[in-house]
Amino acid sequence: MARSVTLRVVEGHARHYRHTWRGTTFSAIVTPVLFLSAMGLGLGSMVDSGRSAALGGIDYLSWLAPGLLAAAAMQNGAGDGSFPVIAGIKWLKTYDAALNTPVRPADLALGNLVWATARAAVAALVYVLVATAFGAMSFGRGLLATVPAVATAAGFCAAISAVTAQMRTEQGLAAIQRFLVVPLFLFAGTFFPVSQLPDAVAGFAWFVPLWHGVELSRALALGRAPTGPWAVHVAVVVGFLVVGAALSVASFHRRLHR
Amino acid sequence: MTTPAAVPAPDRTATEPMVLARGLVKRFGDFTAVAGIDVEVAPGESFGFLGPNGAGKSSTMRMIGAVSPVTEGTLRVLGRDPAADGPEIRARLGVVPQEDALDQELSVEENLLIYGRYFDLPRKALRERIGELLDFVQLTDRRKAKVESLSGGMKRRLVIARSLINDPEMVLLDEPTTGLDPQARHVLWDRLYRLKQRGVTLILTTHYMDEAEQLCDRLVVMDGGRIVAEGSPRQLIETHTSREVVELRFPVGEQEAALERLDGLGERIEVLPDRVLVSTDDGDSTLAEVIGRGLTPAGTVTRRSTLEDVFLHLTGRRLVD
Repeated sequence: MARSVTLRVVEGHARHYRHTWRGTTFSAIVTPVLFLSAMGLGLGSMVDSGRSAALGGIDYLSWLAPGLLAAAAMQNGAGDGSFPVIAGIKWLKTYDAALNTPVRPADLALGNLVWATARAAVAALVYVLVATAFGAMSFGRGLLATVPAVATAAGFCAAISAVTAQMRTEQGLAAIQRFLVVPLFLFAGTFFPVSQLPDAVAGFAWFVPLWHGVELSRALALGRAPTGPWAVHVAVVVGFLVVGAALSVASFHRRLHR
Repeated sequence: MTTPAAVPAPDRTATEPMVLARGLVKRFGDFTAVAGIDVEVAPGESFGFLGPNGAGKSSTMRMIGAVSPVTEGTLRVLGRDPAADGPEIRARLGVVPQEDALDQELSVEENLLIYGRYFDLPRKALRERIGELLDFVQLTDRRKAKVESLSGGMKRRLVIARSLINDPEMVLLDEPTTGLDPQARHVLWDRLYRLKQRGVTLILTTHYMDEAEQLCDRLVVMDGGRIVAEGSPRQLIETHTSREVVELRFPVGEQEAALERLDGLGERIEVLPDRVLVSTDDGDSTLAEVIGRGLTPAGTVTRRSTLEDVFLHLTGRRLVD
């Protein structure tokens, strides 16, 4: 009974999405095209002519594509953990209405998470289709690589929604974008291996969930072993999601049932 | 709440209060919003919380609505404990919150659909129910319209329809007509009156005394988180004020001087910044005496006492400033 209410929240998101899907679908296709052409092909032509040993003998486009898959998924997840949440609490106050029904704060938190995960999965699928068209990955391996990418997206959605649900103003959202999402996107092993970073900083990667997601996606897409043990990468990605979801539920409850 | 098995079931449901609060307290940090109130609402009753902004009305409503935990005291809603059975209680309540909280980007119908699905109502039954409800609140021709295109009164009516989607036993209305023009208020009052006639229990908060007089069988006056008076609108007026009030308006600067000569007039005198209110059982003779004392107010009104006067007497302040 309680779980089915969570699904009703997901259903509400889907019904709302009918009005906004065009814009988001368009950007889901165009963004990977832009990144893969500019970085993969453009920048990649210079990287490949330098024969970088750090990439393990793989052309830059093929090396970049799975990392970008995970990093873009993280961005989607982070976005869905912030704007819809502050809108529900503050801008549109749609959460206020929902809470007067059998819906509990936990249903809103998990409903948003499930919906964001579904969206991240669709975006990842679109990305893999585009990347396959670019010759950047094989479709089958690409599909496998979406699994850790989507799990990473879910983890970030959960963790960031836990923070967003405590915000009094939307100022913090820009800070999350600027100081968390963008630096992670750039430095967590997406565009270059973290081994290229100074040693003191490179070790820090082990504490960054996105890096683990990138490692898993890349390993699956390229059919080779990741940097660390598989189990460690998987444990961090899954652990981040579980802890994030628990924090999100607690945070929603604290904010909304006061 | 356990009742001995010997009591026949139908009898019990008929007499069990819809809301039972004893020593109810709500605190936010150091701030006490509700400072220990006792409330009992009977089935089918129309009950009001009257008071100025900040009196603790909304906090009380949120506790009854099972969305805000009780700090101290006991609360039973529909015979259940909101802390333990929140979702079950909310499944049987209708709520009209102070802010509409409608999804502006969606149509009237979609707003009701999404809300109805939260109650796990089947889609087909829901579509029928939405038709009936839109009929009831006179929004049938707006079914496909986006919410943002509706007027304030229409949105309010839509929120009433939304609150009825689950066929609730009790409807909570937090300042249902604040911000509406007089015509829209009367339409809304009419719909609420019809609900009441169908046997739905209504609990509302308001700071309009005319609204309380129109809609409430019984009400409590709240101030500073406490209940300062309780009864039917008529009882409250009879207990706390005289039958009539004479309002005297003096030219600017002359009120002060006039006050001395009004001394001893009527049962009681309230001085407001812009006028003087004299409580009396016979307005006409009081007014005659004012003139007899040689006073020449710029304007006079003789009227029946209202709940506003009750509030003024009890707290020394007006309800709406």
